Amino acid sequence: MNFIDYYKVLGLDKSASAKDVRNAYRKLARKYHPDLNPNNADAKTNFQQINEANEVLSDPEKRKKYDQYGKDWQHAEEFEKQKQQQSQAQSAGSYGGGFSGGQRGSDFSDFFESMFGGGGSNRGRQVKYRGEDYTTEMRLELIDAYSTHKQTLTVNGKTIRITIPAGVENGQTIKISGHGGPGINGAPNGDLYISFVIGNHSKIKRLGHNLFQTVDVDMYTAVLGGEITIDTLDGKVKLKIKPETQNGTKVNLKGKGFPVYKSEGQFGDLQLTFNIKIPTNLTEKQKALFEELRKTKD
Amino acid sequence: MQIESLIALDEFCAKHEIEISFVDSLQQNGLIEITMIENAWFIDSKQLLQLEKFVRFYYELDINLEGIETISHLLERVNALQDELTMLKNRLGIYE
Repeated sequence: MNFIDYYKVLGLDKSASAKDVRNAYRKLARKYHPDLNPNNADAKTNFQQINEANEVLSDPEKRKKYDQYGKDWQHAEEFEKQKQQQSQAQSAGSYGGGFSGGQRGSDFSDFFESMFGGGGSNRGRQVKYRGEDYTTEMRLELIDAYSTHKQTLTVNGKTIRITIPAGVENGQTIKISGHGGPGINGAPNGDLYISFVIGNHSKIKRLGHNLFQTVDVDMYTAVLGGEITIDTLDGKVKLKIKPETQNGTKVNLKGKGFPVYKSEGQFGDLQLTFNIKIPTNLTEKQKALFEELRKTKD
Repeated sequence: MQIESLIALDEFCAKHEIEISFVDSLQQNGLIEITMIENAWFIDSKQLLQLEKFVRFYYELDINLEGIETISHLLERVNALQDELTMLKNRLGIYE
C-alpha cells in the first residue's frame, strides 16, 4: 500500500486538534461522499482517502503511531514488541509477559472497505448494515446485445452466470440482487450493479430500439429499379428498389430493428438510407452511351 | 403493496440505532413513505437504500433535514441529467 500523508489529505498540519480533524473530515466528506456524487469514481477514491485519514487521525492511539512511524505506522506494534524483547533480554528475562496483542494483520484499505458499504462509525454506532453494493462494467458488441444470452462474470473472486436480456442499452445498469458484499451482523448482502458499455464497429447505428443503416445502390438499379440484398443484424434481407430512386431516399423496415428490452417478440424499425453510387472508370463505350442519354435530356 | 416487501420500522431503527422520530420527520417532509399496519409502522424494502442514504446524511455528515431535502432534489436532477447525457451520447453515435 502506498504511503498516504493523512494530514495532507485532510488539509491539516501535525498540530491539528481532534476538533480540527473532525471538522476537516466532515467538510471534505460532505464534498466527496459517494452518496452525493453518483457515478463519480474520482469522488469515491477521494472519499476513501479522507475516510482512511479520519480513521487514523481521529483515533489518538493510531494517530500517535502514525506520527511516530509514518508509513510504517501499521507495524508499530511489531517495532514496540522488538523493543520490548530487547529490553527484556537486557534485564535477564525476569518476567515472561510483554506484549501479546500484536498486529491487526489486516490491510487498512480492506478495513475501510468493510466499513464502506454501510458508512463509517464516527459516532461510535455499531456497524449493522447491508453489504456493500458492487458496481462493475461489462463490454458488449452491438451484435451481442441483439439476443438474450448468458455470460459469466467474476466479481471479487466469485464467478456468477448472468442472463443478459436482448435489447440492453449502452449505459444501462442492471441490478443483480444479493451479489454484492456480505451483510454485516446479519443484514442482507448488497447488490451487484452491472453497467453495459456497448461498442459498435458495424455500419449499423442504433438509437433505442431503432436501427439506421446506409445502403449503397448502384446507379443503374436506382434508375431502372431492381432488387438488392442487404446484411442486417437478423441476416440477409432482399429489398425491391423502385425505379428512379433518388439519392438519400429513406425506407423504413418495420420490425427489423433492435429487440425491445424485456419485451419478447417486439422489435424496433430499421431505417435504410440509399446512397446512390455513380459509376467510375467508365469505358469509352459507356461514356458514349451517357453522351447519348444527355442528348435526350430536354 | 405486498406484505413480504415491508420492513418493520422499529426494527430498522433499533438496528441502526437511530430515533424513529427521524424517519417520521423524513416522512413529513415527503422524502420517505411509511405504512401503518395494525398499529405498527413499516417501510417498503424498495425505499431501504434511500432511507439508509438519508441516515448517513443526517448521522454521519451532520446534514439537517432541510439539507437532505435539498440534496435529494438535486440528486434527482443529477441522475436525470446523467441519463440524458447517456441518451444523447447514444444518439450522437448515429452521426459518427
